[in-house]
Amino acid sequence: MAETQGILMPLIQSECQILKNYRDRGGYEAAKKALSMTPDEVIQEVQASNLRGLGGAGFPTGRKWAFVPKNSPKPVYLVVNCDESEPGTFKDKYIITKATHALIEGIIIASYAIGAHTAYIYIRGEYVRQAEVLEQAIQEAYDNGILGKKVLGKDYALDVYVHRGAGAYICGEETALLESLEGKKGWPRMKPPFPAIEGLFRCPTIVNNVETLSYVPFIIKNGARWFAEMGTERSGGMRLYCVSGHVNKPGVYELPVTTTLREIIYEHAGGVPGNKKIKAVVPGGSSSPPLRPEELDVPAEFDALMKLGTMAGSGGIIVMDEDTCLLEILTVTTHFYHHESCGQCTPCREGTGWMDKILHRMLHGEGRIEDVDHLEEIANGIMGNTICPLGDAAAMPVLGYLKRFREEFESHALYKKCFDGEFAELKAAS
Amino acid sequence: MPTITIDGKELTVDEGKTVIQAAEEAGIYIPRYCYHPGLRIVGQCRICLVEIEKMPKLQVACYTRVQDGMVVHVNSEKAKRARQQVLEFLLVNHPIDCPVCDQAGECYLQEYYMQFGLYDPKMIEDKNKKHKAVPVGPHVMLDSERCILCTRCVRFCDEISKTSELGVFNRGDRSELLPYPGKTLDNPYSANVVDICPVGALTERDFRFKVRVWYLDETKSVCPGCATGCNIEIHTSKARPYKNEGRRIARLKPRYNPEVNDYWICDYGRYGFLFVDDDSRIQQPLVQKDGQFNEVEWDNALYMIHGVLNQALENGKSVRILGSPQMSNEDLYALKRFGNEVLEIHDIPVTVKPLEKPYSDDFLIREDKNPNTRGAALLGFDTDHAATEKLLADCRNGGVHSLIIFHHDLFKGFAAEDVRSALDKVETVIFVGSNMQPTAELATYILPACTWAEKDGTFTNHAGRVQKFDAAVDPLENSLPEWKILRRLAKQFGHAFAYFEAEDVFRDMAKKVPAFAGMSYRALGDRGMVINENGRPSQQAEVKEELTVVSK
Repeated sequence: MAETQGILMPLIQSECQILKNYRDRGGYEAAKKALSMTPDEVIQEVQASNLRGLGGAGFPTGRKWAFVPKNSPKPVYLVVNCDESEPGTFKDKYIITKATHALIEGIIIASYAIGAHTAYIYIRGEYVRQAEVLEQAIQEAYDNGILGKKVLGKDYALDVYVHRGAGAYICGEETALLESLEGKKGWPRMKPPFPAIEGLFRCPTIVNNVETLSYVPFIIKNGARWFAEMGTERSGGMRLYCVSGHVNKPGVYELPVTTTLREIIYEHAGGVPGNKKIKAVVPGGSSSPPLRPEELDVPAEFDALMKLGTMAGSGGIIVMDEDTCLLEILTVTTHFYHHESCGQCTPCREGTGWMDKILHRMLHGEGRIEDVDHLEEIANGIMGNTICPLGDAAAMPVLGYLKRFREEFESHALYKKCFDGEFAELKAAS
Repeated sequence: MPTITIDGKELTVDEGKTVIQAAEEAGIYIPRYCYHPGLRIVGQCRICLVEIEKMPKLQVACYTRVQDGMVVHVNSEKAKRARQQVLEFLLVNHPIDCPVCDQAGECYLQEYYMQFGLYDPKMIEDKNKKHKAVPVGPHVMLDSERCILCTRCVRFCDEISKTSELGVFNRGDRSELLPYPGKTLDNPYSANVVDICPVGALTERDFRFKVRVWYLDETKSVCPGCATGCNIEIHTSKARPYKNEGRRIARLKPRYNPEVNDYWICDYGRYGFLFVDDDSRIQQPLVQKDGQFNEVEWDNALYMIHGVLNQALENGKSVRILGSPQMSNEDLYALKRFGNEVLEIHDIPVTVKPLEKPYSDDFLIREDKNPNTRGAALLGFDTDHAATEKLLADCRNGGVHSLIIFHHDLFKGFAAEDVRSALDKVETVIFVGSNMQPTAELATYILPACTWAEKDGTFTNHAGRVQKFDAAVDPLENSLPEWKILRRLAKQFGHAFAYFEAEDVFRDMAKKVPAFAGMSYRALGDRGMVINENGRPSQQAEVKEELTVVSK
C-alpha cells in the first residue's frame, strides 16, 4: 500500500493504537522534546503554529492555554473532549482507535504546558469499543513509563483517566461536559468564569478536542513554522474532513485547510454518484448553514467560511444532490437539536421543539406560507439568546436553509412538493 | 465605584452589583423569573435580556456585573423584542389555563404578558403533556405543565432548606420538575417554594381553590410561632365570608426582613394560624356553675371577678398571676401595671416549659415557641420555668386563693396530676385566653382574649428586636386584647389606665421602660428596632419589596 500523505492519516493507517507501531514512526520523541522545554516555550510554539480548536469553535489553541493562571494554588486539569456528536462528524473515533498514542502524546505535551498533572478524557457513551481501545493504549503507556509518576523518565507526573458519557449531545459543550464529568446533569454553565479560570471542580481547566491535541506532537517535532505554512495566515496545518452524503467515496480525508470544498468533494471524495448536480453542501457539521453549489470554491477553513455566513465547525462536510428534499433534511436536523436541547434555558428548550413541530407539520403537507416566516422569527429568537451555543446550533441551520433555499420551503408550504422550475413560474404569476 | 448608564439614567453603584440590581436602584424594573435575590444566580429564564453597548449579544441582566462606563438599554427595541420572544417561548407549552389556575392574579406570566406580551399568538401546534396536580409534599401541589423551569424551587431546596428534594428531569421541552425518586417535598420550609414560584406550577394545598387572590387583603404582621419573630403578611378574606370555609385568614406569607428571616418562613409558622378561626375560640366571657359554662356580659363578668379578688385581698388572702410570653409587649406592660398597682403582686411568672422538647434548627425555628419571652423578661416578668413550678407548689400547699392564668395550658408543661392537685386547692381560677383547652375548663371565670391577628401590638424577639404587628381582622365576637381586659378590670378597682389604643400602651411603656426608650410605632417601621441596651435603639433602612412590579 502506498504511503498516505498527511500527518495523522499515516498513523491511522499503521495501527498506532499499538505502542510499538507508534514508536517505529518516531512516537513520543516530541513529548521528550517538550519536557525539556519550559511550559511557556511549548505554549509559544503552539501559538505560533496557528493551531485552532478543531472541535468546531476554532479558537486558537495556544492562546487558550495561555489563559491558565500562572502559579494557581489550585490544581490545573486538562480535559479531552471526545464527545464527538455533531451529526456528520466522525474523525475523532479514527484517532482514538488508530492513532491513539498520538493523542496520548498530545495530552502529555498539553498537560505539561498548562501545568496539569491530571487529564480526563470524556468519551461519548456510544463509543464503546473506542473507549476500550483507548483504555488499552493508556494502560500500555503506563506499563512503559510513558504515563504515571515519571513521564518518560522525566520529573513530571501525569495521570490520564477515561470517563464515559451517557449519550447526550449537550455534553460536548465544554461546560456541560465539565458538569457531567463532576457527576451532575449536563447543563452548560454561565460564562464568565471561563473554564481556563474556573473549570472542573472549580479549578483552572483546559478543554481541548481530540484532533486538536493529536496535532500537537507534530508541531513540537517539526516546528510551528512547518505547521503554520500549510495553512492560511490565521489557521495552520491540515485537518481531518469527514465527507458524507451524496459522494462516491465518503470518508475521512486529511487535507491542508486551504483546500476548497469543491476540491474535497470532486477530487478527493470522488464526486457525486450518477454525476448528479449538487443542491447543497453543509460545510462543518449539521449546525453550520448550508452553501449553494456555486459557493463551493471556498477553502474549507474557519475564516473563509465565516465570511460566507457559515462555519468550518467540526469539519463534517455533508453533500446533498439535486434530488434531496431540503425540508426533510432541515426537519431531521431540527428534530436532532430538539431532542438534544438540555432544557435549561427558555429559548432553546421551547424554540427547538416549536420549530420541530412546525417542520414536521410542513413535511406532512400541512404547511402554511406564514410558517416560513415563523420559523425564521423563532430561530432569530433563539440565536444568541441562550446560555450555550446549542441554541445557535439549532437556529443556524434553520436560518441558513431559509436564507439560501427559501423557495424550497415556500414550495412545500404552498404546493406540498419540492421546489422545481414550475414553482418559479407559479410564484411569479401569483 | 463604577458609574453606569441605564436607559439614559446615570448612576453610581457598588462594585460587584449585577445590572438587574443596579437598575432596581435606579427605579427601573427588569422582568425576572429565575432570578431571586435570595438564591444563586443561574441566568436560565432569559426574560431579563438587555442590550449593553459594545457587547455583540444581548446579556442577561441578572448575571452580568456592572462595569464602569457600561451603557445599558433595558427598553431598546432589540431588548424589548427579545423579552417578548422569551415570553412567547415560555407560553409555547404552557396550558394557559388561567381561569382554573390558583395562581391567577399573582402570576408573573400574566403580569408580564399584560406588560409586553405578543397579544397575537402564532403557536398552533399541539402542546406537550406533563404531570398535573401531583401532590409533591404535605403542603405543595405541582402542575408540571404550568412550570417554566426557572428552578427557583430546586435552588431553594438545595441552598436554603438544604434538603434537595426537587430536580429537573428529562431534557429539552420534555424537561420536568419533580421530586427525586422516593422523595417527597417534606421539610420544615417546604411551602416557601410556593411563594417563590412565579407561576402556577407550585400551589399551596391548604390555600388552593379557597379564595381568589384578588379578594385578599394584606396586613403586615409578625409570626407568633416562636421566638424568631419572622416577618409575615396576613392575607385575609373578609368581604366574602362564605368562601374559604368561613376562615377569615386565608394564608400567611413571609415578608422580607434581612435582619430576621430574609424571604422565608417555616411551615409551622405558616400553618400556625388555624387557631384564629377555629371552633374552639372563646367568644364571650364565661362563668362556670355546676360544671356548666354560662355566657355572661363583659360588665357582669368583670364585676364578679372584681368581687372575688377584692374580697380575697381584703381578707388578706393571696391572689397570684401566671402571665404568658404569648402576650404582646403592650399586654404584658398592662399586666405588669395591673399586678403592681392594683393587686400589689411583683413576682409574675410567665414561662411553662413544654414536657416534650420542641423541634428547632439553626435557621429560623427556635426551641422557644413563644414570640415574646424576651419582652416579658425586659418588662420584669420571671421567665424561669421554676417560678411557675413554685407557683403551682404554692397552690398545692393551699397558699393561693385566686389565680389568674393567661393563655397557658398547664397540662402541656406539667403532669396532669400535678396540675389538678394544684388547681383543686385554688378557690377561684380565672382564665384569660383565646381558645378553649383543658386548663381553661378548670377555671371558674373565662375571659375571651383576641388573637395576635386581631390586635395591634409588638413582640420582642429572641435577639431583642422589637417588631410591630397590625390587626388583620376584627376581634372575634366579644373577645378583647388583654391590655383592654386589664384596663377594664383595673377600672373596677378604681384604677384608671388611660389607654385607648395599643399605641398608647406602647408610648407609656417606651417612656417608663429603658429598654424601649426612644421607640414608637412609627419608628419601629417595617423591620423593627433592637432594644435599647446602650442608650439608643438601632434602626434599619427602609424595606425594599421583592417582586414589586413597576408598571410602565
